[in-house]
Amino acid sequence: MSSRVILMLVFFVLCNTGGEIAMSYGMKRVGEPEALRPMALLRFVWAAAKNRWLWLAIPMLAASFYSLLILFSWAKVSVVIPASASNFIVGTVAAKYLLKEDVSPKRWLGVLCVLAGVILVLKTGGH
Amino acid sequence: MNHEHRLRFKTLVMVLLMVVCANTGDLMLARGMKQIGHVQVSVPGLQHALWMTIQNASIWIGICFLIGFTLCYMTAVSWADYSFVMPAGAFGYAIQTMLAIIVFHETVSAKHWIGVLLICFGVLMVGQTKPNTTNVAVLPS
Repeated sequence: MSSRVILMLVFFVLCNTGGEIAMSYGMKRVGEPEALRPMALLRFVWAAAKNRWLWLAIPMLAASFYSLLILFSWAKVSVVIPASASNFIVGTVAAKYLLKEDVSPKRWLGVLCVLAGVILVLKTGGH
Repeated sequence: MNHEHRLRFKTLVMVLLMVVCANTGDLMLARGMKQIGHVQVSVPGLQHALWMTIQNASIWIGICFLIGFTLCYMTAVSWADYSFVMPAGAFGYAIQTMLAIIVFHETVSAKHWIGVLLICFGVLMVGQTKPNTTNVAVLPS
């Protein structure tokens, strides 16, 4: 697998995970809508629009989508889609250290399986 | 049909729709990008690629399917447990690899398949953990 593809994959994963974490962080601060009524939903959207974390999330998620498109133009679908599961690795590490979430041993084991799988896919994907 | 059977049936239909939308969406994006060709990493190259993606019908169809996936997913988790809906996402990696062989005639080795299955298994394990472990009140704004 070429280093260019791996670099773009890293960029994709960092933007995607960063965007999702910023979105999750922002939405936890905004909270749930009070009710499913138009005025309550409008207040919810207004509160979300004022949250700086969401404004950080949107360009990061847009960049991750665009980098995924670039990856599709460079590498095989059977490599890009499984390798995109690297999100789970970076996402779990970030959830543990940035969002202070409690990560169970079972989840770490899952992350290790994903890591082994991604390495295998990237090693065999070029041929 | 009692309430539980009806709930199970509509969740299965929604999960099926999720799988179809996610896989078709990704395949259409890939098809569009194969039509556009290699993207050059330079300012003019990226600008050209962006303009080509905006004009490509396959990309727009792919985006519509991915929006459909998000709506199905949000609907499904609104009534069903995440741990019931989640496996569909995990097995998507294997389905997508299978579709890449069928649609794009890609060659996939046995080692590659082992990697894909490890990913599916890992994602399944990650998804079977508690959905909420944080205290929102301690988060800074």
